[in-house]
Amino acid sequence: MLAGQRAESSGPVVVFENVVLAFEDKPVLDGVSFSVSHGETKALFGIAGSGKSSILKLALGLIRPDAGRIQVLGHDITEMSEDELLALRDRIGMIFQESALFDSLTVRDNVAFRLMEEGKVSEEEIERRVREALSFVELEHTIDRRPAELSGGMRRRVAIARAIITQPELLLYDSPTGGLDPVTSTTIVELIVKQRDVYKTSALLVSHRLQDAFTMATHYFDRQTNKMSSLPAGSKRELPVTFLVIRDGKVIFDGDAQQLASSKDDYIREYIS
Amino acid sequence: MAAGDFLSNVELISPSEFAKGKILAVQNYVLLCGQAMANLFRRPLYVADIIQQADFIGWGSISIIVLAGFFTGAVLAQNSASTLERFGSVSLIGQLVSVGMVRQLGPVITGLMVAGRNASGIASELGSMKVTEQIDAMRALGTDPTKKLVTPRVVATVIMLFFLTIIADLFGIVGGSMVAILMLGLDSHQYWTSSWQVLQNADVITGLIQPVFYGFVISTIGCYYGMTAKGGTQGVGRGTTQAVVVSSVLIVVIDFFLTRVLSIVLVYR
Repeated sequence: MLAGQRAESSGPVVVFENVVLAFEDKPVLDGVSFSVSHGETKALFGIAGSGKSSILKLALGLIRPDAGRIQVLGHDITEMSEDELLALRDRIGMIFQESALFDSLTVRDNVAFRLMEEGKVSEEEIERRVREALSFVELEHTIDRRPAELSGGMRRRVAIARAIITQPELLLYDSPTGGLDPVTSTTIVELIVKQRDVYKTSALLVSHRLQDAFTMATHYFDRQTNKMSSLPAGSKRELPVTFLVIRDGKVIFDGDAQQLASSKDDYIREYIS
Repeated sequence: MAAGDFLSNVELISPSEFAKGKILAVQNYVLLCGQAMANLFRRPLYVADIIQQADFIGWGSISIIVLAGFFTGAVLAQNSASTLERFGSVSLIGQLVSVGMVRQLGPVITGLMVAGRNASGIASELGSMKVTEQIDAMRALGTDPTKKLVTPRVVATVIMLFFLTIIADLFGIVGGSMVAILMLGLDSHQYWTSSWQVLQNADVITGLIQPVFYGFVISTIGCYYGMTAKGGTQGVGRGTTQAVVVSSVLIVVIDFFLTRVLSIVLVYR
């Protein structure tokens, strides 16, 4: 299957097999294995320095593992060349911890960056898709501004617009609500839930806020009201959100919210308390 | 007590680790240079970015190059005047300034000025992008940062340094003429005629090959320290300083060896 082709909906979109990673002889990941199914959102938790952001960079091929194998969208990326990875990244979107917007470009040029670089789409189509992506995050009015003129929450939303403009199959979120106030955090979570439920995008999400992941596990995007709503009590609907907890470079928990809440592991109970 | 606290926080590195680190740095620098050159033969070629960088590096540096060239020529004329007077050869000032500027001082002064202005600018811009993950974001969006950021800067710097050197040479000779005509009372026609006639092909070739090497060094060193910056704003500041220092030192060192090689190849009389 070529990098340009869309993956079949049945197979997992991300597979980590015994991945080992160390920085300057300090182990970060020590035999991490997990998978993300199509349409699933997997939330990664762990203390600072536990390798959560490194997992996202490994999944995108920005760094290479020291051992183990990684499959993304049906491709083994462990030994892929940078040129092959550049082609595959067309199907993956990443939202960085501090947004990583290009500060010399306007919001329009930031969001349109990938389309402009590819050069396959007309200017009119680029404009249309930029406005569509910005209206998804409700920031169409900032199109001519520069990142320095935006608040932290607005920059985060522009980063989401930039990541979703090509309708990727996999989204990688690195602390999307980090450093934001509770109201803005809820806005970001709502966008993530909207992207999950409207476009059925798979996601790997690193977070320090358990409440965000629990919100995603208990809320859905209601297209009729255009808002995020909580599941009614007693609802049998299962939202595709799972939790992965990393400790000392190893996976100590991989399951859903109910399993996490009822875990008898002392570390996990202390972590979620 | 303060000295003891300081010494207890100093991390000692073994000589072998230090040597390995330096060799790794040289290796990574050479790889970056290779990638920058190879990108010239791969698509896409970011022509708009090359033009933008050429405008910033070339047009943006022109005022300091004019000033530096002018006063370098003037100082050269002024300092050599007293020596030439002892031998009754003040009339040779035009030739001395012309050969000195075209063969050596023009390229070197231009290289050092542009190193100070642009190696630092490149290192700080790319370093800021590196520490704020903009370089990673570029890769995540399917764009090769060396093609988009490094190669345009290398091409622009090499081309612009060539023309800036010519401008520095010209204004250096103008500066020398100011001293010769206004302060020493020499004939302007004689000054300009002798300045022009003394130049040989070897002088001009030597003077115009150097900017190609210096431009490459300035831009690649700036890009290297920018792309490898870490440690937040402090790391960017360190990288910026090192970019200027290393590129300036390399210009002076390359000048010595390049001049020697060219003098053998071009057979100076």
